[in-house]
Amino acid sequence: MDLAFILIQLLNGLQYGMLLFLVSSGLTLVFGIMGIINLAHGSFYMVGAYLAWSLASMTGNLATAIAIAIPLTVVLGMALEKLLFRQLYTRDHLYQVLLTYGLILVFEELRSIIWGDDVHGVAVPALLSASIPLTDNLSYPVYRLAISGVCLLLAFALYVLIQKTRLGMMIRAGASNRDMVQSLGIDIKFIYTLVFAMGVALAAFAGMINAPLSSVTPNMGSHVLIICFVVVVIGGIGSVKGAMAASLMIGLAETFGTVLVPEVAGMIVYVLMAIVLVWRPEGLFGRK
Amino acid sequence: MAEHILDANGLHSFYGASHILHGVDFTVRKGETIGLMGRNGMGKTTLIKSMLGLVRPRQGSVRVRGVDMTHAEPHRIARQGIAYVPEGRGIFPNLSVRENLIMAARPGIDGRREWDYERVLHTFPRLGERLGNGGAQLSGGEQQMLTIGRALMTNPDLLILDEATEGLAPLIAKEIWSIIKTIRASGIATVIVDKNYGAVMALADRSVVLVKGRVVFAGESAELSGNQELMHRFLGV
Repeated sequence: MDLAFILIQLLNGLQYGMLLFLVSSGLTLVFGIMGIINLAHGSFYMVGAYLAWSLASMTGNLATAIAIAIPLTVVLGMALEKLLFRQLYTRDHLYQVLLTYGLILVFEELRSIIWGDDVHGVAVPALLSASIPLTDNLSYPVYRLAISGVCLLLAFALYVLIQKTRLGMMIRAGASNRDMVQSLGIDIKFIYTLVFAMGVALAAFAGMINAPLSSVTPNMGSHVLIICFVVVVIGGIGSVKGAMAASLMIGLAETFGTVLVPEVAGMIVYVLMAIVLVWRPEGLFGRK
Repeated sequence: MAEHILDANGLHSFYGASHILHGVDFTVRKGETIGLMGRNGMGKTTLIKSMLGLVRPRQGSVRVRGVDMTHAEPHRIARQGIAYVPEGRGIFPNLSVRENLIMAARPGIDGRREWDYERVLHTFPRLGERLGNGGAQLSGGEQQMLTIGRALMTNPDLLILDEATEGLAPLIAKEIWSIIKTIRASGIATVIVDKNYGAVMALADRSVVLVKGRVVFAGESAELSGNQELMHRFLGV
């Protein structure tokens, strides 16, 4: 194993981790701020991938497909929050699990009706299809670097939004005292709708940009969902910073695990989660 | 007669199964100070919450500036120029002092911006020393100043203070009272709920006393403070 090989795995691990961050940031925000366990969050990732595939086949261009798909997912998120999730804020976790599990089934059925049950592939956009040679026989695809860059940019934007803007302050304040936020004249319900839609759009966007790297398949959301719950638990519920740290940790652990110890690779993230939970039951950045 | 900011008529509110308010009327006019008094559990906080949309009254109506807002969302009522300093303060412990203030900033209903970040810090110099601190790291008095300062950031016409000096050391409580006087003098109407009846009545133009969810006295503060028998019967002092 040489340096170039390690570098490639490192880049792959980071890229996978960042992609996980896009999905899990929405999950942890909705969980931490609205107190909702959303099992259907992985479905948004799947919806994103299928939208990217179908729109890219129609328009012949992934970038155009993504530009059309993002507003659609925002609208989907807003509609779901207003029609369904809003009813759950004051309900017990059992109701949340029942409704969101039901939504997984609905999304899978709709996907089957609209797009069928076949496995699809999406071509890497021509502009980003090159590879950067690292050694004589090893190279690294530009597309992976590009999506890492986009994810990093989005993570930074999310950080600025939540930590530096007034909207972010309102969002965080809402997590601690909803009534008080309203009594200051702030429409917390609308803010919740926005946060939820943002989470949906981020997860769907992750599915869109990852479509060229993995195939677009039925049930692709469930694997992502489970890993993202691991991310949220390791990072600490509600902590975007924690989601970032945990996503990168898991991305690297799974990538290196798969090449170094393939026999037990499937277990590594769960072992990692168990270790973190024994050490810090509230997660890396969670509040006690 | 000055413009009415808030009019509650015949409010009946429940807390769970218990009937807390039994047909309460309550009016606040522009610029006036009202002492809302009564012993613990008589319905003062429930009355305030019912008028702010935080508790839904079963019967009766709440009008804000003459418009019926009985079923309006709390943020719509607040946007009519009503600010609330709740019992227990309600600061956001996960936000810094600076963030607690600027997240609330808003021009008043007529677009005026008399209170802004600088003026609040000028009024509460202690807060200026603790801008980066999380809300939870403040002392009780500082938390209270932060809550009042945050309420002022919304440039209200009416400030409702529920037990603003509760649990504070006498010296700090005195500071809070002098701030309330300043606010009152600036023309903002205030509703003051406080255990220190003497201080409330000294400031309030009118006093309203609740006993078991009913208004038993509503009138000039002097009329109440000068009547030992009423004070004893209604407030136990």
